[in-house]
Amino acid sequence: MITQMLFSQHEKKTVWAVCLILLAAILVPLANLLIPEDSVFHVPGYLVPLLGKYLCYALLALALDLVWGYCGILSLGHGAFFALGGYAMGMYLMRQIGDRGVYANPLLPDFMVFLNWQELPWYWYGFNHFAFAALMVLLVPGLLAFGFGWFAFRSRVTGVYLSIITQAMTYALLLAFFRNEMGFGGNNGLTDFKEILGFNVQAGGTRAALFAATAIALALALVLSSAIVRSKYGKVLVGVRDAESRTRFLGYRVENMKLFIFTVSAMMAGVAGALYVPQVGIINPGEFAPANSIEVVIWTAVGGRGTLIGPIIGAILVNFGKSVFTAAFPEFWLFALGALFVATTLFLPKGVVGTVQQFLARRKEQKQADAAEKVYQDKAAARAESRLATLEPLAAE
Amino acid sequence: MDAKTSRSLLYLDGVSVSFDGFKALNSLSFVVEPGELRAIIGPNGAGKTTMMDIITGKTRPDSGQVFFNGDIDLTKKDEADIAQLGIGRKFQKPTVFESHTVWDNIELALNRKRGVFSTLFYRLTAEDKVRIEEILETVRMTARKDDLAANLSHGQKQWLEIGMLLAQEPKLLLVDEPVAGMTDAETAETAILLKEIAKTRSVVVVEHDMGFIRDLGVKVTCLAEGSVLAEGSIDFVSNDPKVIENYLGR
Repeated sequence: MITQMLFSQHEKKTVWAVCLILLAAILVPLANLLIPEDSVFHVPGYLVPLLGKYLCYALLALALDLVWGYCGILSLGHGAFFALGGYAMGMYLMRQIGDRGVYANPLLPDFMVFLNWQELPWYWYGFNHFAFAALMVLLVPGLLAFGFGWFAFRSRVTGVYLSIITQAMTYALLLAFFRNEMGFGGNNGLTDFKEILGFNVQAGGTRAALFAATAIALALALVLSSAIVRSKYGKVLVGVRDAESRTRFLGYRVENMKLFIFTVSAMMAGVAGALYVPQVGIINPGEFAPANSIEVVIWTAVGGRGTLIGPIIGAILVNFGKSVFTAAFPEFWLFALGALFVATTLFLPKGVVGTVQQFLARRKEQKQADAAEKVYQDKAAARAESRLATLEPLAAE
Repeated sequence: MDAKTSRSLLYLDGVSVSFDGFKALNSLSFVVEPGELRAIIGPNGAGKTTMMDIITGKTRPDSGQVFFNGDIDLTKKDEADIAQLGIGRKFQKPTVFESHTVWDNIELALNRKRGVFSTLFYRLTAEDKVRIEEILETVRMTARKDDLAANLSHGQKQWLEIGMLLAQEPKLLLVDEPVAGMTDAETAETAILLKEIAKTRSVVVVEHDMGFIRDLGVKVTCLAEGSVLAEGSIDFVSNDPKVIENYLGR
């Protein structure tokens, strides 16, 4: 039943996008590792984790779009789920350092030794196993989203009020993670990673593999999202977005509908964060900053919310722009980002993808109308001809 | 439960509710029998919409009893429960899912399991397909089934919403101003449609249009200031001096 749900009836566009992402998962690592450095097709080593980072952001934007674009829940705290997934992965990577840290303590990470901690806090147990950490990457953001959503949606908090409390949630976590007593490395966060699954995180091969893993995760998330939004459940979500009370009076439990998608989306964001951390080599409380979550909203809006490909394109475009811009005019980036958001809202309310879709739909309609017009004119011409044909014999007489 | 409540489909007794001191409903009592088509009239602020809010679980009464189908206490249920019990509601402003097609609107309204996972794994069965086609035929929307609801005219949206309510298979249908903003022809057709629907279920219509009420030709309840002013045939009610003074005369 689940496989049937996952693999039937996808839109052509989605299938193309999935293929393209999977192609990138193969080609980028190959172009990095196998093609000699002097070739134009060689992907330089520094670019692989950068592209991987873009894809993590794309996955995060896709997760946000599921709740915002399809269900109308504008979460301004999705960065929190991303960061929690990142911390879960970071904790695993910290435990992998073992006694190779500065203080060479086989059990305690460096920052704990530095703070004179004697033993590992209980919540760090288990993170030396990858499988446990991977489970936590899904569970921690998922449970937070479930608990948060349970109360928020049941009390029917909607619109701007909900956005504000999601923002408060990520801010509260930011403050908490800044504290050394929390045991997550305070404002330095977790860094100096050495190995993931026994491979050196700095090595070219590992980075290529991490890129491929990110691309595959994004492709899977796209397939899952597409299956969700094309199901009847997905249609109910859009119904909730457009006319919440109508959905309620049709007998749907709107709070459960919202809770499910919010939790799924948070787990997706957690996976994005977990893939992000080994590629950038650090996770610190800065990832919880409210501004980060707002940036995700901008990527999604620029790409086109309520479409599946839009947020992916938006995240990649804006972050590519950011990389270029911050290198050329670092002090103007925030102005550019603000201007981009204002311009999108004013001129491209449906985002890049939404606008292109609209244009194509209109052209198709125009073509159909033209075709109908042509058929009508041909018929009229034929009728005129046949009338002439009947008149001609009369004229001859 | 006395005999009165157990025979009726909908039973309201002494229902009062106030908002910030304003008494929207003041000890309102009335009864709808199974299979009845009932019209409700009354001036603005008489409590017509509040009454619907109470029946559908959107508002809780301060006091009074609301029973459905004999012994189901509606004051203890929420909107989704009440909808699943079989009470459908049409809003004053046509409320359909604008970014879905006409077909999808009906499909979403269909009386099937409405949980997260049952909708996630739902497949359109042949039986459901036939049912949707039937409903589209009834509300005369078959030709427009693939159009987005947003592209329908005002009157067509009203009809689509009625179609959605039919798909819900309610025992009781609450209809708030169905002909507001309709042309005369559409109004007359809507009266025929509602009478058709009332053959198989109870319908309560709130309306201002006296001509439309006359077309329906059913028992009328006139509300004013949160309670029942008069009840009876349209001629009886419209000749009642209190009704003339409160509503028609102005």
